[in-house]
Amino acid sequence: MRHEVASFRIRATSYIGPDGTVASDLPAFASDPEQLIGMYRAMVLTRTFDAKAVALQRTGRLGTFASSLGQEAIAVGIGTAMAPDDVLVPSFREQGAMFLRGVVPNELLLYWGGDERGNDFAGQRHDFPICVPIGTQAAHAVGVALAMQLNHERRVAVCSFGDGATSRGDVYESMNFAGVRQLPVVFVINNNQWAISVPRSAQSAAVTLAQKAIGAGIAGEQVDGNDVIAVRAVLTDAIERARSGGGPMVVEALTYRLTDHTTADDASRYRPDAEVSERWKAEPIARLRDFLVHQGHWAREREEQLIDECAAEIDAAVQDYEGYRPMPPTSMFEHLYATLPHAYLAQRAELHELERLDG
Amino acid sequence: MGDQLTLVEAVRTALGRAMEDDGNVIVLGEDVGLNGGVFRATDGLAERFGPDRVIDTPISESMFVGLAVGLATQGFHPIVEYQFMGFMYPALDQLANHASRLRNRTRGRLTCPLVVRAPYGGGVHAPEHHSESFEAMLAHIPGLRVVIPSSPAKAYGLLLAAIRDPDPVVFLEPKRLYRSIREEVDDDGGALPLDRCFTLRGGDDLTMVSWGASIAETLAAAEVLAAEGVGAEVIDIATIKPLDMDTILASVGRTGRCVIVHEAARTGGVGADIAAGLADEGLTSLLAPVTRVTGYDTVMPLFRNEHHYLPSEQRILDAAHRAMEFA
Ligand SMILES: Cc1ncc(C[n+]2csc(CCOP(=O)(O)OP(=O)(O)O)c2C)c(N)n1
Ligand SMILES: [Mg+2]
Repeated sequence: MRHEVASFRIRATSYIGPDGTVASDLPAFASDPEQLIGMYRAMVLTRTFDAKAVALQRTGRLGTFASSLGQEAIAVGIGTAMAPDDVLVPSFREQGAMFLRGVVPNELLLYWGGDERGNDFAGQRHDFPICVPIGTQAAHAVGVALAMQLNHERRVAVCSFGDGATSRGDVYESMNFAGVRQLPVVFVINNNQWAISVPRSAQSAAVTLAQKAIGAGIAGEQVDGNDVIAVRAVLTDAIERARSGGGPMVVEALTYRLTDHTTADDASRYRPDAEVSERWKAEPIARLRDFLVHQGHWAREREEQLIDECAAEIDAAVQDYEGYRPMPPTSMFEHLYATLPHAYLAQRAELHELERLDG
Repeated sequence: MGDQLTLVEAVRTALGRAMEDDGNVIVLGEDVGLNGGVFRATDGLAERFGPDRVIDTPISESMFVGLAVGLATQGFHPIVEYQFMGFMYPALDQLANHASRLRNRTRGRLTCPLVVRAPYGGGVHAPEHHSESFEAMLAHIPGLRVVIPSSPAKAYGLLLAAIRDPDPVVFLEPKRLYRSIREEVDDDGGALPLDRCFTLRGGDDLTMVSWGASIAETLAAAEVLAAEGVGAEVIDIATIKPLDMDTILASVGRTGRCVIVHEAARTGGVGADIAAGLADEGLTSLLAPVTRVTGYDTVMPLFRNEHHYLPSEQRILDAAHRAMEFA
């Protein structure tokens, strides 16, 4: 005799559709225009930052940079759903969330400009820095969450990574352990449909990436990643559930990478422009703006004022960034250990001497 | 007459040649298909050889070298591309526990003729984790070969040799030289010998030993020394493991002085092994202490300061001058 022993469902949430349709059951925060305008502002600031950073790279004033163009709603959803005490363990495309958590734009410019000081956030002391080796940070998030559980804290770790990252063992292993211990961690999959040139379809045969949670015995769901209201609402629920002992969760946010993978990439080699222009129709900033305008909360003058404000804020950050002299070469020996071991003093002295001779 | 190729073009040409010659050669890795690899080393191969021989893998650095082990046991010759050496750490498990010892464990019944390629090293203003050089960690693994070319022609000939070798080879490409130099490369399918050093320049006063990208600064320093009347012999190790100590010992036997140059961190570097080899078997011919010019024992700094980390021509010259001061 055979019978079904397990089955699963993945539900998807959206509130404002790409065509402007609005669901009737909006979350409570969406009835507060100031909340929505704050989220709108955060997305516009992120887009302004990304555009400026790409321009700096193009003119030789910044290193390789990964823009989040078109994906701003996910980062802003994360940033608005988390409590200050929670811990963000990001990948490298979450600038919008990092800004909301107290990282300032000139810090990220410093980082992408090749200066370690960009990771020493003045206004955010407990979140993790950008993580470049794909998916490896998922294990850190689980460790952070285990610490929170052991300390009986009502805090949550939030970890984000891309669709490509879900192919890595580290990510699955992390979900698995989070399930075993029912840890307070939320994994956010930023599914922008591409991992450099590899499309989502070549990454996994699974219909959804959210269902990767099922194999780890934890909850998983999808959200429209271009609907900032939905991202915030779904993540708020997931985080509050984890906070109150409900266990970990995977949220797959569906979006689209509207630009090159990084400034070192040329997406025209591997994907048709027509696909990209089609996806522009669903981008998150215009969607929220249309909603705000329709609700009577937004008008042209405010838009212009906001654009000017964001540009001024980013320009000031660039000025600040460009004012940083490089650290002295011997800085590479600083923070290597709590105290530099005796064995390396001679190397540091040699470097110091070269620095002196260089003037 | 061959074309003047860059190093990355030479790699691509060798890959194409090997795939043309042997239908069992397969290329796999992230973005190696339509995109042609992030450095374009596999550009055009997918069009030429199709998606069954040029395979875009998901992001799974441990899995796809294990995949290559499996393929290799079935008669294929997989060539695995890592986008950057810094993302090869997950491969260590498969390389150390399987690829390098399957032959030994099964007494030759199962073997692993595979090549793992990765761009390594600094100097291109890359982001964090994109400038690593940990060849010594790989050289520590018994049963593995580690090869590092220093020019386009070396890349072509050594890569072909690596692909034809019956054992696993890690082939590290100095990305700083990918497009900075051109050299005539004849696409005649001719391999260069593995396990042998190349003497790039003769000299009787001093031996300079290096590999990969640092060969450029070492040769430049040798040029300056020549103008000063010091004849520096420059040896390109090329195969890091197994190490051809004979060529180095013969050279130092004549010159009595040796400067070793490598970009990787000093402690446990391949330079330490060369110095130990000289102490073991060349002590009586030494006229001066063997010195090393290396990267520091620090984390590879982000790019604003990376040029202070990389061994410069000046540091190499200083070491050479110190070696020459011993009477
Ligand atoms: C372990 C590892 N392998 C390869 C890379 C090179 N790399 C950088 S980003 C990227 C694609 C990541 O795709 P995804 O996880 O979907 O994130 P996205 O870039 O789309 O945000 C790759 C392969 C890396 N950084 N780390
Ligand atoms: Mg992606």
